[in-house]
Amino acid sequence: MTGIAFYSIALMGLLASFIMDKNKTKQALVKAWKSFSNILPQVFAMMIFIGISLSLLDPITITRLIGEESGVLGITISLIIGSIAMIPPFIGFPLGASLLEGGAGYPQVAALVSTLIAVGVITLPVEIKYFTKEMAITRNLLFFLACILFTLIIGQVM
Amino acid sequence: MNLLQRYKFTLILTAVMVGLYIFNESAGVKAFFLTLDNIGQMLAILPAIFILVGLLDVWVPKETMVKLMGQESGFKGIFIALFLGSAAAGPLYGAFPIAALLLKKGARLAYVIFFLGAWSSTKIPFILFESANLGLKFTAIHIGVSIPSYLLIAYLIEKMTSKYTMTTLYEKAQVDM
Repeated sequence: MTGIAFYSIALMGLLASFIMDKNKTKQALVKAWKSFSNILPQVFAMMIFIGISLSLLDPITITRLIGEESGVLGITISLIIGSIAMIPPFIGFPLGASLLEGGAGYPQVAALVSTLIAVGVITLPVEIKYFTKEMAITRNLLFFLACILFTLIIGQVM
Repeated sequence: MNLLQRYKFTLILTAVMVGLYIFNESAGVKAFFLTLDNIGQMLAILPAIFILVGLLDVWVPKETMVKLMGQESGFKGIFIALFLGSAAAGPLYGAFPIAALLLKKGARLAYVIFFLGAWSSTKIPFILFESANLGLKFTAIHIGVSIPSYLLIAYLIEKMTSKYTMTTLYEKAQVDM
């Protein structure tokens, strides 16, 4: 669904651009292709790595690890899994819901759901390519802290 | 040769997957299909993002972006970062090319980081979905905590960044990657 939205906007943009200036549109497409093919090696490696990790670490295993009464250890495991794993939100949120049903606490689920998107250990090579090593590592560390803060607040409130 | 060098990690990981298949057949098959699934998800979003970034790069003049999100843009820059980050959905790696383009066009670093923060927390297309799954209270706290903390982090990172890294960062953004 997200994809359709992005492609529709891109297509409309291309069309409008083409009507206004053919050369500029060609230039834009060349740039797009260049950037895409440049990042592709990292992206492919990332995809295979995620495939291998998820094949070994399925939702059932995850539920067992951060299930009932797992406490601070469960929260820590959730934070780590969430930071490493790359699960899109439309899988991550239902996974969170099923974890809650399976007896996991709100803090564990909060830790997992927030770090899933905000912190990316696997995407680090891609991020470094765009933003330098220092910036990428600092960003991930601080975003990780924000996720811990969110987890603590959920633990207090819910 | 160059191509082999560039796809080094892809090849190594493919070999690992084959190894996994030999060692544990069902896990290997699962890993293969999960990888295909991931690539499908990536293709469903990334090429379109790059086309949009290419178009914006060609059509949006630097002066416009500086006015909207530059050093002197103030609250306007913050709101635009929040809006851009929240309106989109998708994995964070989709946001990196956009963030790099913003830097290229002279957007302020703090606003670009805040854009990444908004992208990773307040996602308008996902708010309904998140609250349907995890409850409205959970979602409200998620957003309520995230926006101020990411804003704070954005300014913090900008303050912490050395002049050298800052220069490297903006120079890097100038080069078409």
